[in-house]
Amino acid sequence: MNPISILLVVVVAFFAGMEGILDEFQFHQPLVACTLIGLVTGHPTEGIILGGSLQMIALGWANVGAAVAPDAALAAVASAIIMVKGLGSADTQTAIATSIALAVPLSVAGLFLTMLCRTIAIPMVHFMDAAAEDANFRGVEMWQLLAIGLQGIRIAIPAAMLCMIPAEAVTAMLNAMPAWLSGGMAVGGGMVAAVGYAMVINMMATPEVWPFFALGFVLASLSELTLIALGALGVSIALIYLGLKDLAKQGGGSGGGSGDPLGDIINDY
Amino acid sequence: MAENEVKLSLGVRRKVCWRHQFLQGSWNYERMQNGGWCYAMIPAIKALYKTKEEQSAALKRHLEFYNTHPYVSAPIIGVTLALEEERANGAPVEDQAIQGVKVGMMGPLAGVGDPVFWFTVRPILGALGASMALTGSIVGPLLFFVLWNAIRLAFLWYTQEFGYSVGTTIAKDLSGGLLGKITEGASILGMFIIGALVRRWVSITFTPVVSTIQQAEGAYIDWSSLPAGSEGIKQALELYSSLGPNGLNVEKVTTLQANLDQLIPGLAALLLTLLCCRLLKKGVSPITIILALFALGIVGRLLMFM
Repeated sequence: MNPISILLVVVVAFFAGMEGILDEFQFHQPLVACTLIGLVTGHPTEGIILGGSLQMIALGWANVGAAVAPDAALAAVASAIIMVKGLGSADTQTAIATSIALAVPLSVAGLFLTMLCRTIAIPMVHFMDAAAEDANFRGVEMWQLLAIGLQGIRIAIPAAMLCMIPAEAVTAMLNAMPAWLSGGMAVGGGMVAAVGYAMVINMMATPEVWPFFALGFVLASLSELTLIALGALGVSIALIYLGLKDLAKQGGGSGGGSGDPLGDIINDY
Repeated sequence: MAENEVKLSLGVRRKVCWRHQFLQGSWNYERMQNGGWCYAMIPAIKALYKTKEEQSAALKRHLEFYNTHPYVSAPIIGVTLALEEERANGAPVEDQAIQGVKVGMMGPLAGVGDPVFWFTVRPILGALGASMALTGSIVGPLLFFVLWNAIRLAFLWYTQEFGYSVGTTIAKDLSGGLLGKITEGASILGMFIIGALVRRWVSITFTPVVSTIQQAEGAYIDWSSLPAGSEGIKQALELYSSLGPNGLNVEKVTTLQANLDQLIPGLAALLLTLLCCRLLKKGVSPITIILALFALGIVGRLLMFM
């Protein structure tokens, strides 16, 4: 990698790190982060494919309340860098498959870094308290921006370190991996998406909505249906169900007429 | 009093909305999103209060504990702006009232934001973009990025304005059925899509061969008797389209996977997902499950059954 690419990779990593906590623009999602790293290193197509594959695994990863999910930012950035390094000698397929497998342990490492940053942020808000005491707007703003910067550095430093490792070492490592290991990790990669989906299901599942899961599962076997078509189906089904449920509630009510405009009109006659 | 009434201008409200995006920047284990919240309120505090004492009190007031979903926080900040405006104009709005509104709204709204944004909209847009990206198309990531941010920015701005215009009356809306309906609708859509994603993207393939049989003459392409040149290719393709993939070889190989697919396509993926649900409910960490699945994949490959 040339120095300009490395610099740009570190910038992308910085943005991914900030977004890992802010969760607004989604620069930390693999689909975006891997694509950007692919672009700045001259391997856009491979970056996009890696991003798409990782995104499928990371779909259900979300920070809820004070809980922290596996860290998509470090997983996406670090595995994209490893892939780019590996592309030099290993073939594209192997480089992508191996970096997907490496993404998972990396997401765990990222988790600890996030928790570390969230702890360091405690004294930072105490400095904000002190600034608030003097009505020092600048002080409050500065500490807020520093805290965000800290989250950016959380990913930027590991990314810079990975860039420094010589490409030969990465490819040697990739090539040294026996077929059963890389093949097995690819098999595992096909299965781990289930964990993310299970996390989503556990958040939303009630006995009432399980039938909709079954509908989606069965209908997805029709390969003619694109995801957009499935989305349209899902929205329609949700609207129809909610509408019918409202009707049922009104019908099952005491017949007082308040929720039933047609009944009111008939009664008035 | 009407003469010198302070109003938050559109410009100030825009600034607050912009800064509100950095809400989680100083997320900490003590008071969570308090720093980001205060940071977002600064333009409004500057516009409303002129003395140092008032400004300092306002800053401290907005450094209290706060934590909710970063997007549905927008209507809350809208309401808070309305309250602060009334207070600056002399209305008796106590500190406790402001903190009470924040705390009272953040719980129920976070309950809507998580399922709607993290577990419905993002998986759907993410899966849509990712499925395009797998073919190497830049449209995938672009679509995800543009659509997501358009939805997000529109939501942040319009719900903040909504909160600002209705002020405290929004608390009454919260107890109404609308939020419940949105959550339920999102759960239905989310479950439907997750069902589809489990079928499409969780892949388990069992490779053991169940049976190998010699096919009857005519059920396979007799490669040696094809005419030479392009005529032969044409004939082979015609035969292939009528015989299907089994026509390529003399032997018909049936794998365990083919048998399972006849039963219910994707059954193994479904069972695996349900197993993960059970394990997660029992408190097994997702990280443990992920690592175990990789181990299973490697063992499966070593023992040649996957």
